[in-house]
Amino acid sequence: MKLISFIPEDTKIPFMGARLITFPISMILVTLSILSVAVIGLNYGIDFVGGTVIEARSKTGPADLARIRTELTELAIGEVQVQEIGAPEDVLIRLGQLEGGDLAQQASVDKIKSTLGDGYEYRKVETVGPRVSADLRRDGFIAVVVSLALVLIYLWFRFEWQFAVGAVLTTLHDIVLTLGLVSVVGIGFDLPVIAAILTIVGYSLNDTVVIYDRIRENLRKYKKMALPELIDASINQTLTRTIRTSTTTILAVGALLAFGGEALRGFNFTMLAGIVIGTYSSIVVSAPLLIFLNLRTGGKSDAKADTAEAGA
Amino acid sequence: MLHFPRWKIMLIIASMVASVIFVIPNFLSRETLSGLPSWVPHRQLTLGLDLQGGAHLLLEVDTTAMVKERVEVLRDDVRRVLREEKIGYSGLGVQGGTTVQVRITDSAQVDKADTKLHTIPQRMSDALFSGNSVVDVEIVREEGGVFRLTLTQAGLDYRQRRVVEQSMEVVRRRVDQLGTTEPIIARQGGNRLLVQVPGLQDIERLKDILRQTARLTFHMVEATGPQVLEGTRPADTDVLYSHDDPPVPVLVQKRAMLTGEELVDAQAGFDSRTSEPIVNFRFNTSGAQKFALISQQNVGRAFAIVLDKDVISYPVIREPILGGSGQISGNFTVQAANDLALLLRAGALPADLTVVEERTVGPGLGADSIAAGKLATAIGTVLVVLYMIGNYGLFGVFADIAVVLNVVMIMAILSVLQATLTLPGIGGIVLTIGMAVDANVLIYERIREEQKLGRSAISAIDAGFSRAMSTIVDSNLTTLIAAIVMFFLGTGPIKGFAVTLGIGILTTLFTAVTVTRLIVALWVKKVRPTRVPI
Repeated sequence: MKLISFIPEDTKIPFMGARLITFPISMILVTLSILSVAVIGLNYGIDFVGGTVIEARSKTGPADLARIRTELTELAIGEVQVQEIGAPEDVLIRLGQLEGGDLAQQASVDKIKSTLGDGYEYRKVETVGPRVSADLRRDGFIAVVVSLALVLIYLWFRFEWQFAVGAVLTTLHDIVLTLGLVSVVGIGFDLPVIAAILTIVGYSLNDTVVIYDRIRENLRKYKKMALPELIDASINQTLTRTIRTSTTTILAVGALLAFGGEALRGFNFTMLAGIVIGTYSSIVVSAPLLIFLNLRTGGKSDAKADTAEAGA
Repeated sequence: MLHFPRWKIMLIIASMVASVIFVIPNFLSRETLSGLPSWVPHRQLTLGLDLQGGAHLLLEVDTTAMVKERVEVLRDDVRRVLREEKIGYSGLGVQGGTTVQVRITDSAQVDKADTKLHTIPQRMSDALFSGNSVVDVEIVREEGGVFRLTLTQAGLDYRQRRVVEQSMEVVRRRVDQLGTTEPIIARQGGNRLLVQVPGLQDIERLKDILRQTARLTFHMVEATGPQVLEGTRPADTDVLYSHDDPPVPVLVQKRAMLTGEELVDAQAGFDSRTSEPIVNFRFNTSGAQKFALISQQNVGRAFAIVLDKDVISYPVIREPILGGSGQISGNFTVQAANDLALLLRAGALPADLTVVEERTVGPGLGADSIAAGKLATAIGTVLVVLYMIGNYGLFGVFADIAVVLNVVMIMAILSVLQATLTLPGIGGIVLTIGMAVDANVLIYERIREEQKLGRSAISAIDAGFSRAMSTIVDSNLTTLIAAIVMFFLGTGPIKGFAVTLGIGILTTLFTAVTVTRLIVALWVKKVRPTRVPI
């Protein structure tokens, strides 16, 4: 009946042993991500820093980027970025926040439009003033904090504290790595990207919760089994599911990224990156983390021995 | 788990059929829809501005000018009251933005002044605080006959709310006059107005129309020409400039004899002699009476028609104007005359508006986004469908039926709720497709495991469904939390994403669990399998 089986069933991959390799890798990636965000920084979109984005399409063949650049520079409206977007006749013009506030920002759009003249069709014009961008920044921050807090409360009710802490650490790991990737690739950091990150928070937890559920179930079932062994078994039992679900989601979001057009590229990229990172972390980060968190009071000696071993 | 009472089966099938019925209008043109009988569902998905094109403006009502104006009125009130009562004062002035200070020079009149000044504060009933009234001015009496009158915060807040509400009304009237379909005008936060006009392309005209205060006033003219700039001018006059090139300074009386509030109508038209575009207007009864009286008393003098501090024209009164109507001519273009008439009909804004956010999407980009969204959804669905069949065979087909029904249900719910579908919203649907089969994967993997432990087909299926359930609910809850937070904190497109994601999670729980279970149950009943082909 079954046509394909990419993933071998009933695997016995020693994830717990591998954690001596995967943990350092994760630590390095997290460090690199933090460095990247700190050094390269995030490519903040106008949602958060204010400014203007104009997407224009030339009605008369390919757009002359060089000419547009010189003409707009002469307008003395601050630093103007002109680039091709998607096709040769499509131009993306970016303008930073101007000194004179909302009125100056509005005036600059008029100036750009009159400079480009009638040969262009305006596909998109977005201007965000300083006060609105400050508000959006605040709202984005609150959204991330509130959803993390709610998820924390949920996990606190749902699991023993070790699981909750493990899930939160894994989620943070995913957010940091995703931000690092967004920073390295130079994806425009705007509201949709925040939405993608919030979704990843939900999605990554989803995977983690499935594995934790299984560990909890096995803890009840196999009271004698050593913890590392038990966690390994749990990961392997859920591995097919984890990979299959991620594959379907990656297929769907990958289709979005490939065929969904320019408008949401940042959102789709972030989502895809987050799903891949989330899957990786739920397998090799979230479950092995439990060892360090002294899970199972009954199996204290196991956990201790294991911690010592890991430290050695 | 596999037993379904007949009524439950009926209910599930009925909800599926209902979803299909509610989705159908989206595939019909508006003309076809309007031809259908009224009991047929008509609602189509509302597309966001990013998909259908249109203008989104966020305007901020400038209330600082209102505060300044209020404190000046307060100062004038103090002066008026004291003069009427012939009370000597000195040092009348504004302090710290919201306070007026005055010293009564004759100590014998301080008590009288106290009483009289207390006639200034007004009580305003505040509906927001359940009928409590607020006082707009607080009076403090100090040593040496000094009075300090301060505008209260409650009073200013009340007036700010009124100003924002009035601005919203005026904006609504102006936008409605543009004749576009279904504009959205809403208040956002304390002093912002959201204006969304689907399909509108000429955003410059919209902005021009919204940015003008359009306060029309009529003033008597004292003198015109460059000489009015020289020497001192009387305190109750003002120098304004005409629309001409170069502008002519016009000395007018500060007090307006009439304002645009007394207009009942304004229409663009053409002058019968010069055939240049003009605006014809008509006063209401009291305005007409005032206008008649003033024009009778001032034959031979000029009056200025002033719009937002600009003198549009300053005709000389040849004869008393008794009919209550008149015309404004000012070298208008046809468009300018039309816009002025529109502004006069809609009334003046009580405060200045600043555009603080603008997002315009052209119809081309919107159409491209829809096309890209459709393509991505189609490809994503096909990939997921094939993958599920590849991995689970017949049970994959069951899951796929559930996924397709899921998408139909999401669209049906969006149509019925009239929720707005945005581009990120399409992303939410595609994401749901990917995540929806997760529930099926969880169930199927569980069935496979249970079967391996030696259970019979039916018992394995039963256990698979019941044991996977808590995990499914759990894992969807976390995403639902994120969706809810985004819905409450997000703006436009993000809200659209949160809505489809949230609805998608709920429909997933129904289709992936209940519908798949029903299909599997029917299959079990028919085939009576000994093994589950997973």
